[in-house]
Amino acid sequence: MIIIVSLLVLAMLVAAVAALIYRDLLSAVIASCLVSLLASILFFFLQAPDVAMAEASIGAALVTAIFVIAIRRTKRYEE
Amino acid sequence: MRATVGLILLAVIGVGVGISLLAIPFGAPKTEIGDYYIENAREDTGATNVVTSVVVGYRAFDTLGEVTVLFVAALGLGAVLATAGGKRGRSGVEPASLILSAGNIFLFPLILLFGAYIFTHGHLTPGGGFQGGAVIASAFLLVYLSSPGKRINESGATLTESVSGLVFVAIGLLGLTYGTHYFLANFLPKGTLNTLFSAGIIPVIYCAIGLKVGSELAGVVDNLMEETE
Amino acid sequence: MSFLHDYVYYIGAFGLVAIGLLIILVKRNLIKLIIGLSILDTGVNMFLISVGYINRGTAPIFSRPGLEPDGMVDPVPQALVLTAIVIGVAILALALALAVRFYKSYGTLDLRKAKELRW
Repeated sequence: MIIIVSLLVLAMLVAAVAALIYRDLLSAVIASCLVSLLASILFFFLQAPDVAMAEASIGAALVTAIFVIAIRRTKRYEE
Repeated sequence: MRATVGLILLAVIGVGVGISLLAIPFGAPKTEIGDYYIENAREDTGATNVVTSVVVGYRAFDTLGEVTVLFVAALGLGAVLATAGGKRGRSGVEPASLILSAGNIFLFPLILLFGAYIFTHGHLTPGGGFQGGAVIASAFLLVYLSSPGKRINESGATLTESVSGLVFVAIGLLGLTYGTHYFLANFLPKGTLNTLFSAGIIPVIYCAIGLKVGSELAGVVDNLMEETE
Repeated sequence: MSFLHDYVYYIGAFGLVAIGLLIILVKRNLIKLIIGLSILDTGVNMFLISVGYINRGTAPIFSRPGLEPDGMVDPVPQALVLTAIVIGVAILALALALAVRFYKSYGTLDLRKAKELRW
């Protein structure tokens, strides 16, 4: 169990670092969506199903959609 | 230069946080109030989900404030993006593929039903008004993706939002007239534990919150997609 | 292994806070800044939830009649975080609307270039 949790935490941090270094904003947004999704799984392991549900439906779905719409209306690449 | 300063600042913060974290052991009981809520939530509110009874029972006034913050943010977003007299419409959007538009026809009512299930059962199972509202908003997001020219019925969304907000406040004011005379007092019968019609005003308030959050977030997505030239 | 058990969630939470803060401090692109804000938000929420956890605890829901209230995790941080997530998405949407507006009036998302422009 602790091994799985550690791997999930590691994957979450790697995704956050990817959001830091990608210069393509769309890739960075998808990486931050992955952070939210893995955080939602960790919330479930921490016995917080309500929060896991909110994070999965809001953090991973709606926030990503709002970001993608905003990027479509501005610029895709960071110069 | 900027990156170095940032890293040094982070290192300082990290050391401070690491030292202070040694005083907070992981997995040990910490707050008294949590124990109180767990012990007494079933008699006080009649809901089996303790998180729900904290959010809509004990601290319902906070939730009213939070719904207000959400409303003000949606209003501010509309005000920031609006340009007076500009023509509205979405240009340069490709039509969606057959899979997306055909799948949407079948999935849209099911997602709406799932959202409604989540917020009507908020006092029994994990979930509640905020999660159900977000699920409903994502159903509308699917509609925008599959048929880009489509708009939500704006007056209908506004009506849903205002009526559900008014229901929340009206229930709070009705609590003033009953027994203990405080805002948002539970004046409906609590019923038996673990049944759908139990917990007094909690399911009613959560239904109102679900409809309000759903219409507000759908409106936020709609406002952002709007091209105003 | 005991160290891992005690600190893995804290490491995850503060790793997210640190990376989010680093994005905010280092980057100059507005949308990248808002991505950093959302990662920071997730990190803070994760820290609050892991503070409320109790070893071998169960979720605070009396879904079966036989459940005992003793081993349940703290419901207060969960209720706080539930509201914090919803406030977070509202703030994020408002910030992105401001970023879109910024791009419309300056033609760029870079904060450095906008400094040179005047109203």
